[in-house]
Amino acid sequence: MTGRAVRWAAASGRFAVVIALTYLGLLAVTFFIGRVIPVDPVLAIVGDRAPEHVVQRVREELGLNQPLPTQFVRYVGKALQGDFGNSVLTSNPVWDDVKKTFPATLELATCGILIGAGLGVPLGVWAAVRRGGAADHAVRIMGLVGYSVPIFWLGLMALVLFYAKLGWVGGPGRIDVAYEYSVERVSGLLLLDAAIAGEWEAFRNAFSHLVLPASLLGYFSLAYISRMTRSFMLNELAQEYIVAARAKGLSETRIIWRHALRNAMVPLVTVIALSYAGLLEGSVLTETVFAWPGLGLYITNSLQNADMNAVLGGTIVVGTVFIALNLLSDLLYRLLDPRTRDTR
Amino acid sequence: MSMHLPTFTRRSLALAAAAAATLAAATLPLNAATPKDTLVVALAFDDIISLDPAEAFEISAGELMGNSYDRLLRYDVNDPSKLLPDLAMSWSVSADGKTYSFELRPGVKFASGNALSAEDVVFSLQRAVLLDKTPAFILTQFGLSKANVAERVKQTGPLTLTMETDKAYAPTLVYNCLTANVAAVIDKKLVLSKEAQKDGAGDLGAAWLKTNFAGSGPMKIREWRANEIVALERNDNYWGPKAKLGRVIYRHIKESATQRLLLEKGDADIARNLTPQDLDALAANKDIRTTATPKGTVYYFSLNQKNPALAKPEVREAFKWLVDYDAIGATLIKNIGVVHQNFLPIGLLGAAKDKPYKLDVAKAKALLAKAGYPNGFKVTIDMRTVQPVQGITEAIQQTLKRAGIELEILPGDGKQTLTKYRARTHDIYIGQWGADYWDPHTNADTFARNADNGDDAKSKPLAWRNAWDIPALTKLSDAAALERDGGKRARMYQDIQAEFRKSSPFVMLYQQTEVAAYRSNVSGVKIGPTSDSTYVYAVSKR
Repeated sequence: MTGRAVRWAAASGRFAVVIALTYLGLLAVTFFIGRVIPVDPVLAIVGDRAPEHVVQRVREELGLNQPLPTQFVRYVGKALQGDFGNSVLTSNPVWDDVKKTFPATLELATCGILIGAGLGVPLGVWAAVRRGGAADHAVRIMGLVGYSVPIFWLGLMALVLFYAKLGWVGGPGRIDVAYEYSVERVSGLLLLDAAIAGEWEAFRNAFSHLVLPASLLGYFSLAYISRMTRSFMLNELAQEYIVAARAKGLSETRIIWRHALRNAMVPLVTVIALSYAGLLEGSVLTETVFAWPGLGLYITNSLQNADMNAVLGGTIVVGTVFIALNLLSDLLYRLLDPRTRDTR
Repeated sequence: MSMHLPTFTRRSLALAAAAAATLAAATLPLNAATPKDTLVVALAFDDIISLDPAEAFEISAGELMGNSYDRLLRYDVNDPSKLLPDLAMSWSVSADGKTYSFELRPGVKFASGNALSAEDVVFSLQRAVLLDKTPAFILTQFGLSKANVAERVKQTGPLTLTMETDKAYAPTLVYNCLTANVAAVIDKKLVLSKEAQKDGAGDLGAAWLKTNFAGSGPMKIREWRANEIVALERNDNYWGPKAKLGRVIYRHIKESATQRLLLEKGDADIARNLTPQDLDALAANKDIRTTATPKGTVYYFSLNQKNPALAKPEVREAFKWLVDYDAIGATLIKNIGVVHQNFLPIGLLGAAKDKPYKLDVAKAKALLAKAGYPNGFKVTIDMRTVQPVQGITEAIQQTLKRAGIELEILPGDGKQTLTKYRARTHDIYIGQWGADYWDPHTNADTFARNADNGDDAKSKPLAWRNAWDIPALTKLSDAAALERDGGKRARMYQDIQAEFRKSSPFVMLYQQTEVAAYRSNVSGVKIGPTSDSTYVYAVSKR
């Protein structure tokens, strides 16, 4: 085995151990917090009217009278075999619930980040280039509003204006009732499934429902991304190589887009990746206002009812998303910044 | 050096804006009205955990089952004291009061197409007792158990059956319990064909029926997508008048403001969880109507008798004089409740309408002084952070303060406060209780009965949760459940309520009114007094 292969194998091994420990730590913290919160998980299953013997029987059936470490080990053992248990609230296997709710969040979050990054980066560049001017102030105020105004209120106001008053967009929910059963759920991404099925009216309808909540999330992301872009760009534009580039007679467009932004993208990639991860975690307030059956709402409902199987399942998904996006941003670093590549 | 906006940036922003406008224009929403043959109901139904009548006990599930499952009897929603035939054409009780006989109507089919017979009814009742889940107590309170149900609930002919109770209960109590969802009739053949094995024995179809349907009612449950949608379809095999609409879709919409927007735009036909503020805002809209019904749900706050201060009779009474019922009635519960100071909701046999208490700080202070607390004391209240409970708690905090009682509010989530309440670790708890079936015993059993006040009691009604030890009142409540004369029974409950008003640690606040708002082209909307008596199959649209 060559030295490079050995190094690669060692690095992969270390990486796998780190990932495994990360998941284990995540599950352990979530599990033990879930067990010590002052909510009786049996209540969510049997309800307040249940006679005491029913409560005790269900507690035993769920193994909730076992010591916490025993319960945790049992859960991890089953999880390693792909059994994440059933949700007490939906009666479905948790994995089935995640397969239904995560695509809804994925669709919303992806559109949101495309808007957020697609507009946020150019606006941040614009603000940096026009530092101190009206454009800079406008972008910063817009960012401040997006960051400060409660998203719940903004969502309701947006619904009142764009849906109720102007009729420009569809209302809460992913699709109108009339199309509810016209699209077969293949991936769970309604737009994709409608396109696959050739149901273009359903596609239009689903998009009209998606555009407002996605824009809201996009605005929220844009506020942060534009501020960070501005900050990174100002940092780059103050570097000596920019002075040198100008002295060499390069055009301003080339200096800003080919050089300054290229370097600013290195930390910006992390910002965008983490923003995306944050959206994928599920924006429970947006999902509540827009009746969007996503992961955020699922995890929150489950937590409020101490439905720990569902909370843990959701935690695994969120953890995977963060790990995957961190990896992706690491890979993009290597592409964008040759100094981070291993040349040995 | 001047920094003009680079051409590329201007171009990219302009392109992004143009793309957004084009996409938006291309996806302008189609006509928002709901389909003609479909009723769309906006309802928060995140409480559903099962569709099995032997298991489900939540409000939303109750409504679904009320529309999709038949039972032996139903009560008349316009006059709940009247029992109506459902699957049973006739019924009677033996002279000794312990054997109930039923004759079923012939020719009934389940939605699956299977014929319905007495075998299915017997199976359904036996199954509920054998599975022994939360609602089973409604049947087991009559002495039915896993050991004896096969003997006590028997088929006596293709369309006849009997049910034996352990005592001669008031017949109306037994009949009303059989109108509850736990007594819904399920398709034995279908359910047993889906039976799974659990711990070496069949599960009686429990795993399958959690998320599926096996009934014979006017609607059939097509799909339940948790926290998203429930779809009902007309059951063309139904023995009675067919549902007016082909489909009913319940959309899970948690937020009242969102429900209101959907209703105003016509994307929902009925909105069920509107706050008083949203209802007020809709009052001027001529396209929207409302309907209101008193429910069998009462709101109260209760004093844990384990707290020495709250256990004093004078203190219990003082609290009842320290609530501004009029102000609460006029503001916080306007349109959604009426002040009510008894544990039996109006409409139930024997329900009292007395309202002896009003805000009287001087009287309360005198009582507190007599109890040894002339300067008041400190106490906490566990409160769910929902309206109007939160507003009422804050109002009570203000009036208690006037008598020197410092009330610290401990806000929490519903399940969190309930956990504490059930453990008897609260001082004061503010909550509500809904009737499980339309008979006074349902509430007397929890408010005015406490057979064992010990910490490890087998039964933990609300009286137990507040450590209220009441052997005399328990005996009276038991006797009322066995009184077969309706008039005498009503008087017994009046006496129980009189004693309760005077001496209980419960401060009864109001009886809930449920309001639904609906579009003017919709008719037949009526909210029932219990969760399973709101019949969407009777609704039509122009």
